[in-house]
Amino acid sequence: MAKFRKKGGRGTPGISTASLPDIIFMLLFFFMVTTTMRESTLLVKIAPAKATEVQKLEKKSLVDFIYIGPPIKKKLGTDSRIQLNDQFATDIKEIREFVEQGRSQRDEADRKLITTSLKVHKDTRMGIVTDVKQELREVGAFKINYSTAKKGREEK
Amino acid sequence: MARPVNEINAGSMADIAFLLLIFFLVTTTMDIDTGITRKLPPPPPEDMEDIKVKERNIFKVLVNKNDRLMLNGKPGDISFLKAQAKEFLHSGNLNNPASADDMPEKRMVSVDLLGGDIYISKGIISMKNDRGTSYDMYIQVQNELATAIRELRDELSNQFFGMKFSQLTDEDKRKAIQRAVPVAISEAEPEDIGGK
Repeated sequence: MAKFRKKGGRGTPGISTASLPDIIFMLLFFFMVTTTMRESTLLVKIAPAKATEVQKLEKKSLVDFIYIGPPIKKKLGTDSRIQLNDQFATDIKEIREFVEQGRSQRDEADRKLITTSLKVHKDTRMGIVTDVKQELREVGAFKINYSTAKKGREEK
Repeated sequence: MARPVNEINAGSMADIAFLLLIFFLVTTTMDIDTGITRKLPPPPPEDMEDIKVKERNIFKVLVNKNDRLMLNGKPGDISFLKAQAKEFLHSGNLNNPASADDMPEKRMVSVDLLGGDIYISKGIISMKNDRGTSYDMYIQVQNELATAIRELRDELSNQFFGMKFSQLTDEDKRKAIQRAVPVAISEAEPEDIGGK
């Protein structure tokens, strides 16, 4: 017996990994809280314009996105197109439906606060953007946001 | 008699949690959306007549399809835009109802926090762009104008409250400054000038 005890007695005991799941869960919750789900897969290329006077977009649940840019698939050409939800808009009038749909998803009280964020590729011509803006005016979605990346202010 | 129940092995719990973690890392984004917020005007009624605004009260900014600027009839550059817009929108002496001849007229607003009735500039920046203007240029122009207004607000805020507009926490004070320096940017009804 003494022989056995001598053999197995010493040596560092293994570190307990019982709390490992807890740590991972903590990380998991952290990420779940701080991030948002990706709304839709992009079908168009978006290289945001840069600006210094940007504001943070508050209340992400009250924001609808309209993407405008050249399609990622090359065979669709290089002309900028409009993406609503997960597909291209074939007609500018589809914006109306898109806005209505956005409204019906929100509570009555929140409907006035819906912001439409325009994510536009910087080389896009204004023509298509103007069309979208005109359509939004018609539908009554007046709050818009030109999505831009923040650029450091040049110090003078 | 009662056999001790074997404990369930929780060793793989960490793996499951890892899997979930990685799933969330992949499907979510962390980037904060930023942008320039603007309010669109409601569509004009069918029978609306053009509102007459005096020439001296308007600062015209035109952007053509080659992204060149025209500031009040003269070819200009984006680097001057901010300074010119600031000079144009500056209300000067708030207690003086008259303004210099080459500056826009003034109108009265009453803001208690800024000393009762004050006279602010009637100036409006009218921005017009072509269908062929690039979005980047449009944003640059919008940005310069936004900077001009922010700096004017900062100056006024500094004068009255001793801190920048963005640092004001009191909602009433913010409102006061916003009334004294409104976002006077008007976008003209779009026209097709330069073709595609």
